[in-house]
Amino acid sequence: MLTRLARGSLTNRLFAVSLTIFTIAISIALLVLVEQMRNQVREGFQRSVSGVDLIVGAPTAPVQLLLYSVFGLGDATANVTWTTYEELSKARTVDWAVPISLGDSHQGYRVIGTTAEFFERYRFAGGQTLSFADGETWTDLFDVVIGAQVARQLDYELGDRLELAHGAGNVSLMTHAGQPFTVRGILAPTGTPIDQSLYVSLEAHHAIHIGWERGVPRPGSGLTPEEARAAEAELQPDAVTAIFLGLTTRAAVFGLQQRINDYPNEALLAVLPGIALQQLWRITGLAERILLVVAGLVVLAGLLGMLTALLTTLNERRREMAILRACGARPVQIAALLLLEAFLITLAGLVLGVLLAYGLQIAAAPWLLAQFGIAIGAAWPDATLLLVLAGIGVAGVLVALIPAALVYRRTLADGMQVRQ
Amino acid sequence: MTDAASVAPLLELADLHYTWPGASVPVFGGLDLRVDPGEAVFLAGASGSGKSTLLALIGGLIAPDAGRIDFAGTRLDALKRAQRDRFRAEHLGVIFQQFNLLPWLDPVANVLLGCRFSKRRGKRAGDREAEAARLLAAMGIDEAGFARRADQLSVGQQQRVAAARALIGRPDLVLADEPTSALDRDRRDDFLDLLFGEVRQAGSALLFVSHDRELVDRFDRVIELSDLKTGSAPC
Ligand SMILES: Nc1ncnc2c1ncn2[C@@H]1O[C@H](COP(=O)(O)OP(=O)(O)O)[C@@H](O)[C@H]1O
Ligand SMILES: [Mg+2]
Repeated sequence: MLTRLARGSLTNRLFAVSLTIFTIAISIALLVLVEQMRNQVREGFQRSVSGVDLIVGAPTAPVQLLLYSVFGLGDATANVTWTTYEELSKARTVDWAVPISLGDSHQGYRVIGTTAEFFERYRFAGGQTLSFADGETWTDLFDVVIGAQVARQLDYELGDRLELAHGAGNVSLMTHAGQPFTVRGILAPTGTPIDQSLYVSLEAHHAIHIGWERGVPRPGSGLTPEEARAAEAELQPDAVTAIFLGLTTRAAVFGLQQRINDYPNEALLAVLPGIALQQLWRITGLAERILLVVAGLVVLAGLLGMLTALLTTLNERRREMAILRACGARPVQIAALLLLEAFLITLAGLVLGVLLAYGLQIAAAPWLLAQFGIAIGAAWPDATLLLVLAGIGVAGVLVALIPAALVYRRTLADGMQVRQ
Repeated sequence: MTDAASVAPLLELADLHYTWPGASVPVFGGLDLRVDPGEAVFLAGASGSGKSTLLALIGGLIAPDAGRIDFAGTRLDALKRAQRDRFRAEHLGVIFQQFNLLPWLDPVANVLLGCRFSKRRGKRAGDREAEAARLLAAMGIDEAGFARRADQLSVGQQQRVAAARALIGRPDLVLADEPTSALDRDRRDDFLDLLFGEVRQAGSALLFVSHDRELVDRFDRVIELSDLKTGSAPC
């Protein structure tokens, strides 16, 4: 009965009520979005680096090494020599070592020179291996394996030919023209930066850079594909950008990290991907907390907006309350009517806000995928978030206690008729 | 009419005292009143003399400081506030001078409010929707009026809807606080005709407050509020 009255009273003031609901919805959406994105982005990053025990690169900040070696964000400042790679791969506790060479791109997607072992060793999403949706690994020197997103966006199929550009980014001035690659394999989607990458063999990566020692091609020094194929056995690079290591036993990881960081022949940095991610989250944590506080304040503003809206209706309601009183309504019922209205408004705001947040999340997903190669899904809000949302629902009712108390007192003082 | 003394009174007030909180002068420093079942009483009094206050006391919206309010054997002055509210919902109908209706509800929903807060009153109304419609029709609200929001009705129509609400579920007593003072003469007479017709049919008593003495002919009894005051009330 009260619910019907509350609904009637709300629809009567549909415009003002809608605005209030919308204000609350936006604030809720912001809160949910910040919280969900934080978790989703973290999960997205996390799922990109399972199975690699150590990442080795030239000395830099651990986070930076992780970002450029795994996520293609930023550039390497220096390389690791091939000798070091060979020594590390033979180290006692090292199960496997996969080198990567960065620096080229294709239509904005990065090209990674690596060994075929990469496809076997790399793990994502807590242990899944890479698989080929189509084709296979390289057979010819000028074969390329492409990620799922690359194939989809650029509409590549097996056998298509493409040219690589020197340097990363969308606008590359120089291309490795005359050394086209053939698509030999297309990887199944992973929801990680793998999908955004193209893979060539280290030898091919080296071959197309012969003559580029100063960063630009020396005229007449490049190899033709035929020359390169003929010399394939000698196409060994002098250096790589980074090395992914898998250990025979995880227990050895800190010892090996220590030894690599103290490496006598070359200055090196070894990072545990998980720990580097933790560092990254510590850096972003402050911003996230600020965003959360802002979102929280916006929610508060939304609820105060509702309080204002309820208070401004009190005078016009006083008459309505007197009518209900005359019909036998108890003051508590009349106060409850207000609380109920506030609850319905908050509830509508919550539902709308969560929907809005999910809408935005779904809308932002392609952008995140394009920018960072991480796939986010519209996950069900976790327990904490649900608790926070429930708390906001309660807060909405608590806020309405103020006008409810006012109404309660006034209806008692008014007697039979409203006194102006 | 039967001899007044032989019937048990519906309502009996004795030596009622009331002072509004914060006021220095009491509205009633001793007041007696008796209303019999089915009786239509006209209560006259100057503005500010306490007519509305008296209705609020009878309606149980406020409690007397001292004195007795006896309603068909129930001592209202002894009831707790929630009990008084339940009593009002069950036994009384109330019509104000104006602004009687929830503006966003249609007439039927407004009339139904009259039996919403008491189960017994709802039962007495029978098929509540049908009874609301019947009362509205009896009060001269036509089909077109049924579909409108209450605030789209004329003032005269609104007062008639209010009367229908007061009468639904056949209350023992209808309290009307200057219900005609917002109406012009023709509307006023129409309103009273319809009101009296339905009050008689429901068998309800009517305590009608007004300062418009042109109306007194229709009533069983006319009383001056000042005559009810037994104490040394200020004039
Ligand atoms: N709700 C109220 N609170 C305080 N004083 C009131 C209230 N209602 C009425 N009064 C006072 O009680 C006196 C009687 O008022 P009222 O019963 O409204 O008179 P009437 O209805 O005869 O015009 C007046 O002095 C008025 O100011
Ligand atoms: Mg009055």
